[in-house]
Amino acid sequence: MLIQILLIAAILVIGFLVIRNPGSDSHLAIRRLLLLGFVVAAVLSVLFPQWLTWVATLIGVGRGTDLLLYALVVVVLVFIATQYRANVEQNRRITQLARRIALLEARESESRAEPTRHSPDGPTGGQG
Amino acid sequence: MPDAESWVVIPLYNEATVIGDVIAGLLPSFPNVVCVDDGSSDGSAAIAEAAGARVVRHPVNLGQGAALQTGIEYALEHPSARYLVTFDADGQHRVDDAVGMVRRAREADLSIVFGSRFLDDRTNPGLIKRVILKTAVWVTNKSTGLRLTDAHNGLRVIRRDAAERVHLKQDRMAHATEIVLQLGNTGLAWQEYPVELLYTDYSKAKGQSVLNSINILVDLVVR
Repeated sequence: MLIQILLIAAILVIGFLVIRNPGSDSHLAIRRLLLLGFVVAAVLSVLFPQWLTWVATLIGVGRGTDLLLYALVVVVLVFIATQYRANVEQNRRITQLARRIALLEARESESRAEPTRHSPDGPTGGQG
Repeated sequence: MPDAESWVVIPLYNEATVIGDVIAGLLPSFPNVVCVDDGSSDGSAAIAEAAGARVVRHPVNLGQGAALQTGIEYALEHPSARYLVTFDADGQHRVDDAVGMVRRAREADLSIVFGSRFLDDRTNPGLIKRVILKTAVWVTNKSTGLRLTDAHNGLRVIRRDAAERVHLKQDRMAHATEIVLQLGNTGLAWQEYPVELLYTDYSKAKGQSVLNSINILVDLVVR
């Protein structure tokens, strides 16, 4: 059935997007376009409930509510994937921040312990 | 003879009962010991400091990989650090092995020496651990293109030229594969060196659980 192909394709695309490195800006744009499409579809299905059922039968799903459920599953998966990515990125930033603090503190206590010798090579610039 | 140009880097997280002895064992051979305290809650950092190590403190717990990277960056800030020795805090590594690995690096002009517990039969990790480790070796070799006999062995000697090219992004356990990948990519000369791992009851109790290997795999695949 058509719906099975559509759902499997959607799930595979999501899985791929999670693994693939996101090109931040275009990724954001795609997400926003999808969200826009989602809003339009939602409004339409409120105004014309038959429309949803019509699409559902067209692609091999019995009722509009079933189609809605499937769409919801896909949307949840997308949400998990994006949240996971955002979380990884967030953690990376926290790590860099914490590392900078740790190194600054260590340098400070070192130069206090050896007042004759200033911190070995002075404050260093950016970190990798 | 103390070796002042080899700096030992120890990621430290809640090892209060053993870290003092580990540092005391290292200092006669390596006067520069860096402990990166990864937000321990059991006073490990204070014990390490009292034992004579330089302590770098993470304000929050980040993971062993993050601690290792911090330690590497800290040691590299010191011009005297020519070799970095990564060492585990739980006392399963032997200081003699570390000394031997640095000597090998010097004599053979190597940038990287990996410790391997599988080059001789001194270490007996037990069947389950052996299977997991060998799987990890296989994954590491597949993803890095190197041919190692051991993976996730915390004892390594890294010369400054190689250490400067290590930028670990895996905060948790998957860094052990990542560091092999990055070191392998430098194209610098490396060797493996037979080491013994001391599986004490303590280290067994704290060791990697089987389930954690799943976390490592996911961390490596999903980035």
